[in-house]
Amino acid sequence: MADKYSDRSRVIRLIFIVVGVLFVGRLAMLQLFDPEYRKAGDRQALRDVTQFPARGFIYDRHGQLLVHNEAVYDLMVIPRMVKDLDTAYFCQSLGIDRADFDQRMQKARKYSPYSASIFMKQISKEEYAKFENKMFRFKGFYISQRTLRIYDRPIAAQVLGYVGEVDQADLDRDPYYKRGDYIGKSGLEKSYEEVLRGVKGRRVMHVDVHNREIGPYAGGALDTLPVEGDNLYTTLDADLQQYAEQLMSNKRGCVVALEPSTGEVLAMVSAPCYDPNLLVGRIRGENYNKLNADIAKPMLNRALIGQYPPGSIFKVAQSMVALDLGVITPQSGFVCDKSLVGCHNHPSATSVREGLKMSCNPYFYQVYRRVIQQGKYKNIYKDAQYGLTVWHDYMMRFGFGQKLDIDLPKNGLSKGNIPDTAFYNRWYGKERWAFSTIYSNSIGQGEVTVVPLQMANLAAIVANRGYYITPHMVRFYGPDSVRNEKYLERHETGIRREYFEIAADGMYDVVHVAGGTARRARVDGLDVCGKTGTAENYGNDHSVFICFAPKNDPKIAMAVYVENAQGGGGTWAAPIAGLLAEKYINGEVKRKDIEKYYMEVEPCQKLPLTRRVKKKK
Amino acid sequence: MYQERLKIDWLALGLWAFLVLFGWMNIYSSTYSESSAAVFDFSTFHGKQLIWMAAAAVMAIVILFTEPRFFSNTAYVIYGVVMVLLVLTLFIAITSHGGKSWIDLGAFRLQPSEFAKFATSLALAKYMSAIDVDWGQMRTKVVALAIIGIPAVLVFLQHDTGSALVFAAFVFPLFREGLSGGILIVGVAAIALFVLALLVNKYILLGILVLLAAGYLFLWLNKRTSRDWWRTAAVLVCCVAFVFSVDFVFNHVLEAHQRERIDVLLGKSDDLQGSGYNVNQSKIAIGSGGLVGKGYLNGTLTKADFVPEQHTDFIFCTVGEEWGWLGSTVLLVVYIMLLYHLIVMAERQRSRFARFYGYCVASILFIHLFVNIGMVIGLVPVIGIPLPFFSYGGSSLLAFTILLFIFIRQDASKNQLL
Repeated sequence: MADKYSDRSRVIRLIFIVVGVLFVGRLAMLQLFDPEYRKAGDRQALRDVTQFPARGFIYDRHGQLLVHNEAVYDLMVIPRMVKDLDTAYFCQSLGIDRADFDQRMQKARKYSPYSASIFMKQISKEEYAKFENKMFRFKGFYISQRTLRIYDRPIAAQVLGYVGEVDQADLDRDPYYKRGDYIGKSGLEKSYEEVLRGVKGRRVMHVDVHNREIGPYAGGALDTLPVEGDNLYTTLDADLQQYAEQLMSNKRGCVVALEPSTGEVLAMVSAPCYDPNLLVGRIRGENYNKLNADIAKPMLNRALIGQYPPGSIFKVAQSMVALDLGVITPQSGFVCDKSLVGCHNHPSATSVREGLKMSCNPYFYQVYRRVIQQGKYKNIYKDAQYGLTVWHDYMMRFGFGQKLDIDLPKNGLSKGNIPDTAFYNRWYGKERWAFSTIYSNSIGQGEVTVVPLQMANLAAIVANRGYYITPHMVRFYGPDSVRNEKYLERHETGIRREYFEIAADGMYDVVHVAGGTARRARVDGLDVCGKTGTAENYGNDHSVFICFAPKNDPKIAMAVYVENAQGGGGTWAAPIAGLLAEKYINGEVKRKDIEKYYMEVEPCQKLPLTRRVKKKK
Repeated sequence: MYQERLKIDWLALGLWAFLVLFGWMNIYSSTYSESSAAVFDFSTFHGKQLIWMAAAAVMAIVILFTEPRFFSNTAYVIYGVVMVLLVLTLFIAITSHGGKSWIDLGAFRLQPSEFAKFATSLALAKYMSAIDVDWGQMRTKVVALAIIGIPAVLVFLQHDTGSALVFAAFVFPLFREGLSGGILIVGVAAIALFVLALLVNKYILLGILVLLAAGYLFLWLNKRTSRDWWRTAAVLVCCVAFVFSVDFVFNHVLEAHQRERIDVLLGKSDDLQGSGYNVNQSKIAIGSGGLVGKGYLNGTLTKADFVPEQHTDFIFCTVGEEWGWLGSTVLLVVYIMLLYHLIVMAERQRSRFARFYGYCVASILFIHLFVNIGMVIGLVPVIGIPLPFFSYGGSSLLAFTILLFIFIRQDASKNQLL
């Protein structure tokens, strides 16, 4: 029906269509071209909860549990989601005050207003139970479960290491880690991190506007279960370790005990020790700072990182090298000429065996001189260069001057120092040095330094009569009992077995024969073979002792190092080693009075104070 | 008995059925939870809506079998009854959602303002189709304005600003029948000026207006008469006065929540926890749908009560989130198709009453669509009116169905009606 206004119909239809197009365009803007909306939607309706796997347990060599876990709860917050919070009630439920609340919120907001961060760490099961049923009132907060380490026997702290929050370097290195995750920071926890940590799981929950979980998102299609970490079965003997720590109490120093035939570390003590439980949970930060500030450096593993002059124990290696080179014979005798190098009063040694027994310094001066100045060149400097190169090569075969490939973090491991020609050329200039310059090395002083682990390894080499297996802490791990092939391999010194028999005889005499320097290491019924050392040092000498026992078919080889002890190797280190050998081989120590004495006595100089950290509860 | 064979417009009826059914699916989805998934649970929203849908279908059939002249004959009676109901509502209404527009009838609640729309349409169509009515006369304009104004004011008094605003829809049918087109231009210009006055510095805006007026006079008019001068000057003065009155209206006439909603729309306020919450959540829900949506019943936000009024005024969010851009576009196309088709239908009527009424139907539906979806996607301030046929709510479904089917009934026997 046409009339004079019928054209206006088109105007109205046009308006309808324009509005329709406008809306479709606006929807395209929202839905197709602005990803922010999708993200914002997921942020508020989905909760991506990481499921932390339980860390693997750590056992000793007899299957005794050393490290396990307990559940704790982290209170997480997404600051932007916090709504209508009754702050007073919230603070009261958590037992914090308003200022603390503000500070924590501020921190979380600073990290990210949209992402979850930890509001309060490691709430115990008991505390959590108290406010679990109030959680629905706290919008924007949720709980994430974690596990913490527990040490039933507070031993081997430096070896086991500790677990802590990841730092920026960890985050950069491995995308597996997210801020707030835990990672092994030292010791076995670090070196076996990937074995122990397991695989994190993920649970994407659909939550409603009241922060209540409605159910799994997408039917749980994105969810993964956490995979628990593998267990570590270590080589440690918990009883021996504990006993060694007791003996080393009130002292500074270290003990390394190996099973010579396998290279397994039976005990590794660095004194002063600390209770590993100190570095767990909310008390960790405070205790860490205390331990770190302690000038006795309880957190260092001296057995691995300490570089000490070996002292007289080095004479064992020196004599083996000289015998193998043929520059001396087992029957070589040298006069105890104190004008060459200082010595104590004793008859002159007439054989290598006697030289070792009496630890005669001039004897080994002569031995080392023959190794260095072999007379291959007329020029004594060139001759010394040649000799040193040969000697250095031997020393490397003993495992000195290099990081032994133990399964503990390499950054906590030292090489020690076996000087080579380059070293002295740098120091004195090329062909500006000869034996007379470097003779201190002959008795384990001078430029030579070794790591206690290497000393114990030397004892193991003699015990094995010529070879070692790289010392290691873990026998196998996981349900499939995975073993590391490299810890089955023999490292030969290439020196004839009969020469090591001489060394073993000499070391036997050290402990058992009149005139030997370590009579206090003697244990009835056990053929303990040992060698004392007294390493000169700033302050009092270090007391050093290496030994193995029994002489035939040795079960244990060890090095004991007591820093700044008032007395030589025979006075402090040897009796402790004897007690340890007795404990390990016989299972118990009969000499209770001696045991008590060495546990309580404080041989160390008072110079660096050893402050003890009490566990905070 | 009535003998004529009905020529029902199946397209309009089909589009109606699509909207009602699709609407119900989305109500079901937006109130869906694993624990109350039963379709015929009449204590749930989707269950109740089923009853209303049945009632609406029955009503539609009844209307289709009613003598078409019945509506034009009783238009004033229906209008009168509804006006009485509206007045009554002012006294006996219960308070809900900040308005007093609901009468509690025990088993259900009735919202008379929904029915005022078709009643007013009928009355206005009846009046405008009278033989002696001529839009040129002042009397006609006054009466028409009164027919529209009485229910609009009554609804406004119920604090239901949104529904009152819907009565502006009658501008379109009146425009079709001869109302000056200028009113549309003035309306659009007023809204534009209002927005600019709130956003831009007032004096800069005035400067722009003066420049526009000057430009209009000097550039586009070659033969200027003194009438042009006066007219331009008058428009300019009106604009200036309008700009200065905006602040007053904004601060003293509008209520606080209305001011906030406008501020939110204009981006002057981003209180996402308070007044901006609804729109922000609604935009997030729609925006997170992407191209094809998250799938039916799989919306993460609309299922979790993030968007308030999800099943009523914000029902479009569910479509946006679960059906994505494609689904939303289809729905919009269906709506625009229905509106367009209604205009086509109106134009083919032989009676002026039916034609006018048809325009009323299309225009009311259009205003609802424009305001509701515009609000949900953040183009229009939050004004709570339902999406026709789609939102949860018995009164609105029933009233819209009556509104539409009276017209379908008129159309079905258009050849006999003059």
